[in-house]
Amino acid sequence: MSNPFLSVRDLTVDFHTEDGLVHAVDGLSFDVEKGTTLGIVGESGSGKSVTNLTVLGLHNPETTKISGEIHLDGQELIGASRSTMEKLRGNKIAMIFQDPLTALSPYHTIGRQIGEVYRKHTGASKSEARARAVEMLTRVGIPQPKTRVDDYPHQFSGGMRQRAMIAMALVCDPDLLIADEPTTALDVTVQAQILDLLKELQDQTGTSIIMITHDLGVVANTAHNVLVMYAGRAVERGTVKEVLNTPRHPYTWGLLGSMPRLSSSVDIPLKPVRGTPPSLLNVPSGCPFHPRCDYMDLAGPELCKGERPELSPHRGHGDACYLTLAQKREIHK
Amino acid sequence: MFRFITRRTLGAVVTLLIIAACTFFLFFAVPADPARLACGKVCPPELLEQARHNLGLDQPLFVQFLTWVGGIFLGRDYEGLGYCSAPCLGFSFVNKAPVLDTILDRMPLTISLTLGAAVVFLFFGVATGIVAALKQGKALDKIASVSSLIGASLQIYFIGTLALYFLVYKNHILRQPGYVPFTENPLNWAAGLMLPWVVLAIIFTANYTRMTRSTMVEQLTEDYVRTARAKGMANRSVVMRFALRGTLITIVTILGVDLGTLIGGAIITEQTFGLQGIGQLSIRAVWSSDLPMLMATVLVAAGAIVVFNIIVDVLYAVIDPRVRLS
Ligand SMILES: Nc1ncnc2c1ncn2[C@@H]1O[C@H](COP(=O)(O)OP(=O)(O)O)[C@@H](O)[C@H]1O
Ligand code: SF4
Ligand SMILES: [Mg+2]
Repeated sequence: MSNPFLSVRDLTVDFHTEDGLVHAVDGLSFDVEKGTTLGIVGESGSGKSVTNLTVLGLHNPETTKISGEIHLDGQELIGASRSTMEKLRGNKIAMIFQDPLTALSPYHTIGRQIGEVYRKHTGASKSEARARAVEMLTRVGIPQPKTRVDDYPHQFSGGMRQRAMIAMALVCDPDLLIADEPTTALDVTVQAQILDLLKELQDQTGTSIIMITHDLGVVANTAHNVLVMYAGRAVERGTVKEVLNTPRHPYTWGLLGSMPRLSSSVDIPLKPVRGTPPSLLNVPSGCPFHPRCDYMDLAGPELCKGERPELSPHRGHGDACYLTLAQKREIHK
Repeated sequence: MFRFITRRTLGAVVTLLIIAACTFFLFFAVPADPARLACGKVCPPELLEQARHNLGLDQPLFVQFLTWVGGIFLGRDYEGLGYCSAPCLGFSFVNKAPVLDTILDRMPLTISLTLGAAVVFLFFGVATGIVAALKQGKALDKIASVSSLIGASLQIYFIGTLALYFLVYKNHILRQPGYVPFTENPLNWAAGLMLPWVVLAIIFTANYTRMTRSTMVEQLTEDYVRTARAKGMANRSVVMRFALRGTLITIVTILGVDLGTLIGGAIITEQTFGLQGIGQLSIRAVWSSDLPMLMATVLVAAGAIVVFNIIVDVLYAVIDPRVRLS
């Protein structure tokens, strides 16, 4: 198999805060292959955004401790110089944020915000950048792009703003697009349109996508592979089919059980995961999910509380739980 | 944008008319009889009657008001004194000349004093504020917040007098404050106003440092600032083009208030440094019971504040398209 386009190994991100050290990401590894979409799912606070901001190098170095490796197309990003990162951002790696209203500058026109990325990375002239902005707005389906290019974000509807954000992210044909909950702030009807647009653009350009979401429905619709995160760690990884059809980790079962649209295809009664995610200041020992897990007795409480389960097997469909494969198959039939 | 400015200007005209009405009634709120004041120290009854008639005081109150407002727009003939061309704010009891002439004569000084100081404290305040925001928690940041407390508690007559003594009389570092028109000699203009500018800057700068710093720190955590970084924008342009833009709104707001304070405080500033501006003019007018002059200085000061407010509103609209396009 060829080297993955993006490979993250043993990534650990700690924040120094007034309350202590926040272990936002702990020993996380994953790969993204060229032209595919990796869905990263997990409840809010599980470290999805932190992980991806680390890929872009957007954390404040003075309060953040980062270790591990991030290779993009063979290039090491952790510890890369600021100018190296600036050249990558918006160019090879682009990001779309959750709320396009706050993520776009209220002070600059849409065209300017799209155009300036293009100018920064290609050295294009102002008029070339503007023409490119119009072209991008056309591609993402903004009506009358020639006039709308001079509008400000507040003159756009929510869905159009997210389209503009996508136009901005794709203006330099990035190799990797990170979409951080791109549809969470939008109306349900608009959500599907935005996801379709992203898929369509991926088909045209072959961009790899990391789709961050807390919604397994989004993953089912858009992703090829899935990474389930809990308390800053990967608890399950596999193809969409593997993870959604034969989930192995009790937390994934919980997530699936809380999904109305998917619970009909898999045979679990609809209920949210009980309890709340742990504080990352003080992550539970052993398996971080154990305080919320219904199967700890089966796997052995000492084991679950004692030592952290590793994601296994190393390749393919893996999960981090002490239950045996037979037990998992038995529970989740 | 044009409509926005027109709307604000019309609003300002209404405000000014209300202020004019208030000022006019100030004329009658003073316990002394204006005719007697106008007539002078030795005033036989015929002359008093004459003065009363010349001032229109024998007319009904609202006719007097209309005449006065009419004078502002059309000019007015003061019998026995002369013609006061529009905009006429009245005839001085003391030097028997249109008060506006005297005011326009003194205006450049007060404007130079105020706006010059504003330019100085804006520049230093915003610059140090940005640096403090970028060096959060470091020494410079702490110095800025302590000195802003000190600055805010200083009074101009106190530190102004100290500065005069140490910087001018004792050590001859700065020139004795004085006014040379800019058009005559820009260097001497600046040299003559340097001391008051420095003193006003000491008092005002730190507040701008503090406000710029705290707003900038907030702005730097905004989503759109993060987006700018995620696009690969260099740190410098992230700070100067994105974060500063939102910060300017706060700065313009306090600037609007401070310019008003400076105009109102011109009396004290000019008194402290012995400068002959509008502030001094109004004190003289009080001492010599020169009612028209007093009214006119109040009106001009109020007008200046109204104009500053319009400028602030226009700046809001320039900075933030959400204001302009709503
Ligand atoms: N800059 C930061 N400083 C301290 N803690 C942070 C910082 N950014 C994120 N966190 C914490 O890290 C955890 C993971 O956050 P995040 O990655 O945003 O979760 P999500 O999976 O919802 O995207 C949260 O508990 C959050 O409070
Ligand atoms: S390791 Fe134990 S506690 Fe953790 S998910 Fe598996 S069974 Fe539950
Ligand atoms: Mg998030």
